[in-house]
Amino acid sequence: MSDSPAVLDHHNPELRHHFADMGQQKNAASLGMWLFLGTEVMFFGGMFLAYLIYRRWYYPEFVVASNSLNLPIGAANTAILICSSLSVALAIRAAQTNKRVQTVVMLVLTLVFGLAFLGVKAKEWHDKFVEHHVPGTSFHFEGSMPGHPEAKINPAHAQVFFSMYFAMTGMHALHMIIGVGIFLWLIYQAWKGRFNSEYYTPLENSGLYWHFVDIIWIYLFPLFYLIDRHK
Amino acid sequence: MSSVAITPERPNYLNQEYGVRSWLLTTDHKRIGLLYLMSITFFFFIGGFFALLIRLELLTPAGDLVLADTYNKLFTMHGQVMVFFFLVPSIPAVLGNFLVPIMIGAKDLAFPRINLLSWYVYMVAGLIMLHCILIGGADTGWTFYTPFSTAFSHASVIEAGVSIFIAGFSSILTGLNIVVTVHRMRAPGMTWSRLPLFVWSQYATSIIMLLGTPVLAITLLLVVFERAFNLGIFDPNRGGDPLLFQHLFWFYSHPAVYIMILPAMGVVSEVVACFTRKRIFGYSAMATAVIGIAVLGFLVWAHHMFVAGISLYSALVFSLLSYFVAVPSAVKVFNWTATMYKGSIKFTTPMLYAFGFIGLFTMGGLTGLFLACLGVDVHVTDTYFVIAHFHYIMVGGAVMGYLGGLHYWWPKISGRMYPESWGRLAALIVFLGFNLTFFPQFVLGYLGMPRRYWQYPQEFQVLNILSTAGATILAVGYVLPMIYFVWSMRYGKIADGNPWHAAGLEWMTPSPPPTFNFDETPVVTWEAYNYEEIPAPEEVRIER
Repeated sequence: MSDSPAVLDHHNPELRHHFADMGQQKNAASLGMWLFLGTEVMFFGGMFLAYLIYRRWYYPEFVVASNSLNLPIGAANTAILICSSLSVALAIRAAQTNKRVQTVVMLVLTLVFGLAFLGVKAKEWHDKFVEHHVPGTSFHFEGSMPGHPEAKINPAHAQVFFSMYFAMTGMHALHMIIGVGIFLWLIYQAWKGRFNSEYYTPLENSGLYWHFVDIIWIYLFPLFYLIDRHK
Repeated sequence: MSSVAITPERPNYLNQEYGVRSWLLTTDHKRIGLLYLMSITFFFFIGGFFALLIRLELLTPAGDLVLADTYNKLFTMHGQVMVFFFLVPSIPAVLGNFLVPIMIGAKDLAFPRINLLSWYVYMVAGLIMLHCILIGGADTGWTFYTPFSTAFSHASVIEAGVSIFIAGFSSILTGLNIVVTVHRMRAPGMTWSRLPLFVWSQYATSIIMLLGTPVLAITLLLVVFERAFNLGIFDPNRGGDPLLFQHLFWFYSHPAVYIMILPAMGVVSEVVACFTRKRIFGYSAMATAVIGIAVLGFLVWAHHMFVAGISLYSALVFSLLSYFVAVPSAVKVFNWTATMYKGSIKFTTPMLYAFGFIGLFTMGGLTGLFLACLGVDVHVTDTYFVIAHFHYIMVGGAVMGYLGGLHYWWPKISGRMYPESWGRLAALIVFLGFNLTFFPQFVLGYLGMPRRYWQYPQEFQVLNILSTAGATILAVGYVLPMIYFVWSMRYGKIADGNPWHAAGLEWMTPSPPPTFNFDETPVVTWEAYNYEEIPAPEEVRIER
């Protein structure tokens, strides 16, 4: 490392006392974030494992229950979420090139996409309540085996499907809500001009978090909505 | 520094600032370590109180002290408090927090504010657990087995589950901090092969915390959801699988045993090297062994489920893998022994705890092999043999290591020496009390006394009386250090920077250390445990 960045670093107000330079600080923050995402993979991994087992055991019920989900709305939500990943990436790019207003605009856009997703999700959940597809005493679900209209499926096993559906989309939505909180804070910080080409670690790490939540949905969408659509 | 005239004392992390605020808002890893020390000590005595009630109930064959339901709650709360609020945070969050940055020559952990957050998260979880205890507690056993926990229990399972879910985050945050610190904050010259073994063990522990704890979190959350919102993921009536719960639960909770024992192994390595005045035998094998235990620990969880209805073939594989854990564990024990060979051994208090650890860990580990053996396991499943086995690891191992470490680094933490003869006496009492409590339980279990019952047949009474007597002796051994540690903070002899003439960066800075640990960043040019280069003390000073 040459002398000049070190001199600059001592003037950077974002350098915390226990780091030698900005590079070390950024590396530490980024390693920490990746490790945290690793824990998130394990967290969702438990549910993906349960899903895998039950899907194998109760495949017909999973197919029928999957077909009762609202595919167009789910697909639209997927598109919204992918757009939000793009806008957060653009926000980071804007901060790296010292464009404050553009950073704020892109962050606001991400927030709007995130809220739109949650709104659509709330509607879908509401529909499930109305249709009595929520697990519990009032659960009601009827259907026949794929290709065999005379053979009824076991509604108890469909309840397992909807239990997984609500647990997994619920935890995903909770992560989105936390993300919305983070983005409100980021917008305020970006508005104050805290982020620039020298310092954008919080933006970058929050972006990683957002992409991660996005990827979880990229898996959830086919696993719940697209199990066997051509039947 | 206008106050120089008033305080001639050298500025350190304890006298830098005063007042409640300076402690509750601190980001200094050393102060946070002490906050943890106070909180886990509190929970240790709560958990210990439940243990004493359990032992008192078992003094007589009849269930006469408490009701059967109360007894269920007692062993549940004893387990939950001791595991999640004492053992898991014990060495990592107190000694690890305090020592890892100093041992690698850093000013602080990588994320000081997250470190403070982890303590607050722990306290929130702890308060919820206390509230849960006060309104009656859970009665599922610390294992939360479904479908009892989800469908049948009438106790506060949701609150206990939420509390442990939250406590998990504090453990994840501590682990994350330590891993990043070890990767990114080492002083110049502090290569991986020069790290003290304590740091290696903290690193391996933190990896387990990061990989295991989230799985426990989601498992308990699903139990909470099932109770609160009627989901059917573990409900056999709807096709859910209770066995899946056990798999997920033990995926964390078996490695959690290594979260408790690995840091204690790190302590023992430091203590044994110091009080034999030798470089630790087979340094790289020791470092590899802790990583090996951490990895293998994730591959053996189903040995808790041999009689739960898993397939014979998977039981065979898990039995075999469980035997493999014995290999790195034995490497550790043999290397400590080899380090002592021809060393100049000093029987100080930390060394007595280290001896205790090695012996009791070996007993706990070998009886673990009995349990890994499919045929023997069927005979002793859910008996006191299992109880004795894991208490030899968790109490005989982890708590001994924790106490040994606390004594060893107490001069560094407080700047004062503890009274050595009281220390030795307490170590002896702990060792005797422990064995008297738990050795009879091996016999009881082998004779067939099941765990978690509040009554038992007449013929088991003698052994149970021995065990209860041991528990009271053990309690004395635990109360003593608390008294003389507090006493020593005011009246103990002032400790210099390196009272043991020990190797390691933590002994090259004053006691107690300054706020940023070192006046200038150290540059490391030596291997760990370079005892041949450190002049031996004429004799270890012992207050008589």
